Amino acid sequence: MRTIFFILQKEFLQIFRNRSMLPIIFVVPVVQLLVLSFAANYEIKNLTVDIIDQDGSTWSRQLRDKLLASDYFSLYRQTYDPKEAYNDLAMDRADLVLTIPPHFERDLVREDEASLQMMVNAINGSKAGLAAGYASSIIGSFNRQIRLDWLALDEDNGPARIAVDFRYWYNPDMNYKYFMVPGILGVLVTLIGGFLSGMNIVKEKEMGTIEQLNVTPIRKFHFITGKLLPFWIIALFELAFGLLVGKLVFGLPVVGNIGWVFLYAAVYLLAILGLGLLISTFTDTQQQSMFISWFFLIIFILMGGLFTPVESMPEWAQQITLFNPAAYFIKVIRMVMLKGSGWEDIRYYFGIMFVFAAVINGVAIWNYRKTV
Amino acid sequence: MSKQYAIVTKALTKRFGHFTATDAITFEVEQGEIFGFLGANGAGKTTAMRMLCGLLTPTSGEATIAGYDIYKQTEQVKKRIGYMSQKFSLYEDLTVKENIRFYAGIYGLSNQQIKEKTAELLRKLQMEKEGGQLVSSLPLGWKQKLSFSIAVIHDPSIVFLDEPTGGVDPITRRQFWDLIYEAADRGVTIFVTTHYMDEAEYCNRISIMVDGKIKALDTPRKLKEQFNADSMNDVFLQLARAKS
Repeated sequence: MRTIFFILQKEFLQIFRNRSMLPIIFVVPVVQLLVLSFAANYEIKNLTVDIIDQDGSTWSRQLRDKLLASDYFSLYRQTYDPKEAYNDLAMDRADLVLTIPPHFERDLVREDEASLQMMVNAINGSKAGLAAGYASSIIGSFNRQIRLDWLALDEDNGPARIAVDFRYWYNPDMNYKYFMVPGILGVLVTLIGGFLSGMNIVKEKEMGTIEQLNVTPIRKFHFITGKLLPFWIIALFELAFGLLVGKLVFGLPVVGNIGWVFLYAAVYLLAILGLGLLISTFTDTQQQSMFISWFFLIIFILMGGLFTPVESMPEWAQQITLFNPAAYFIKVIRMVMLKGSGWEDIRYYFGIMFVFAAVINGVAIWNYRKTV
Repeated sequence: MSKQYAIVTKALTKRFGHFTATDAITFEVEQGEIFGFLGANGAGKTTAMRMLCGLLTPTSGEATIAGYDIYKQTEQVKKRIGYMSQKFSLYEDLTVKENIRFYAGIYGLSNQQIKEKTAELLRKLQMEKEGGQLVSSLPLGWKQKLSFSIAVIHDPSIVFLDEPTGGVDPITRRQFWDLIYEAADRGVTIFVTTHYMDEAEYCNRISIMVDGKIKALDTPRKLKEQFNADSMNDVFLQLARAKS
C-alpha cells in the first residue's frame, strides 16, 4: 500500500506541475459547456423563405402573414416570378420557396381543396426536414383555422376537428441545453479519465522512465493503481465541477438523486481508465496513443447519442452502440438528471458497465508486461 | 562454494527472430567485483544486461543474480539490483529531492531512512543547494551522478550500469568513477558497460563481446599480456577487427 502512496504522490506532483493540466481541468469544461450547449442547438430559427403568391387573394395573404408571424421564418423575397425564387434557392439565399398557385382561394372555396407547392433546400438535410416540418405545421394550422371559419358558414357540413395537443415530458420546454449538458459532461469525463491516463503511462515509455520502474520490485497492480487513481479522482471532480457550471449557468435541473450520477460515473470510469491502460499497452509514443484515443473518442461521441439519438440510427449502427460504454453513461446521466430514474431503472446499466470494466481491465492487465 | 558469486550465467541466449543478440554467454561475477562489459555497438551488451535485470526474458540458458533465479524469483532479484540505463531515466519534471523520495519510497525505505538517505546523498554529491531544483535544470554530468546515486539508494548488492558516462566530460567521468569505487568498497558488485577504454582499465575484470559471444574475459593486465598489446584499446581493436 505504501508503494501506491508514493506513486500517487509523484503522479499528483507531475500532473499539477504540468502547465497544460490546470487549464484542461478548469477551462475545457467551462468552454465546452458554454460553447457546445449554445451552438449544438436543434431548434432552427430564421429560415429564409421566398413566397411566390400568384393568387394575391385574402387567404393567400393570410397564409403568408401566418407563416411570417412565426419565429421560424423570415421573408427573403416576395415575387411573381418563379425563376427569381429558384435562383434564390440555388444561391442559398432562401431555404424554402412556397408557391401559392393562381386560383388558390377560388379552388379552396369551390372545390374544398387547393394545393400549394413547397420547395426546400435540402443541402443540410436536418435543417430541410425542420423547415418542411415547421412550414407544414403552420399550413396545417392555417387549414384548421379556415375550416373553423367555414364551420360558422356551413353548420351542417362542418368537418370534424381533431386537435393534437403535445406535451413534452421530462423536458417540458424542449430546452436543448438540458439535453446537451449531461452529454457533454459525459464526453469530458471520458476525455479526462480515459485518454489523459493512457497518455500519462505512455509518457513514461517515451521518457524511458518505465524501464527504471520495471527493474524495481514495484508490482503491476501497484503501478496500475497508482497511475489510474489520480485520473479517476480528477475525472470525478471534473464531473462535479461541470455539474456546478451547468447548474449555475443553465439552471440545469436535477430531478433524480445526483448520487446515482456519481456512482455510475465511478463505475464508468473504471471501464474508461481500463481502455486508457489498454491503449497504453500497445502504443509507444504519446502521439500514437493520442491518435488511437481520438479514434475511440469520435466513435464514442458520434455513436453515443450525444448529438443524434441512438434510436434514430440504422439497425446495424444501433448494434454497434451496444458496445459503446459512453452511450450508456450519457443515457444514464440523462435518465437520472432529467427523468429522476432510480436504482430500479438503472441497475441494468450498472450491470453492463461492470461487465465492460471487467473485460477491458482484464485484457489491459493481461497485456501489460513489465518485461519486453 | 567458497566464493560468493553475484552473477552466474550458463549459456544465456536471446534471439529476436533469426537474429541472435546474445549467443550462449557463460560467465561468473564475484561479489564486490567491478566487472566491465565491453563490446562494439550491437555486440549484445545491452541485451545481456537487460536479461539480467529482468527487463527481457531470455530465449534459453540459465542465470542467477545474488543466488536468485532470473526466471522464477524475479521479485527477489529486483529488490537486490540497481539499474542505470543508457537513457537518462529520472523524472525531469520532479525536483532532485522528489526523485530521491520516489525511488526510495518504492524500494520500501522508511520515512526516516528516506530522510537520512536524501541528506547523505545530497551532501556526497555536493548538491545541497540544488535539492529543490527540477532535474531538467541540471547539467548532464550532475544528472548522471544523481542517477547513479539513486540507482544504489536501496543498497542493492549488484548494480548494472549501461554506458553510464556517455557524453560526459572527463572531469565528471572521473568523479563518477569515484562514486563507483566507493560503492564497490561497500561491497556492491558493479556490472558496467562502456566504450571508454580508459574506464575499462579501472575494472577488476572485463569481458569483451563480439557478435553476441564473449571472446575474452580476464583482468585488464592479463588481457593485455594475452593479446600482446600495450593498452586495452589495442586488445579491443584486435578482437573487434578479427570479426571482419
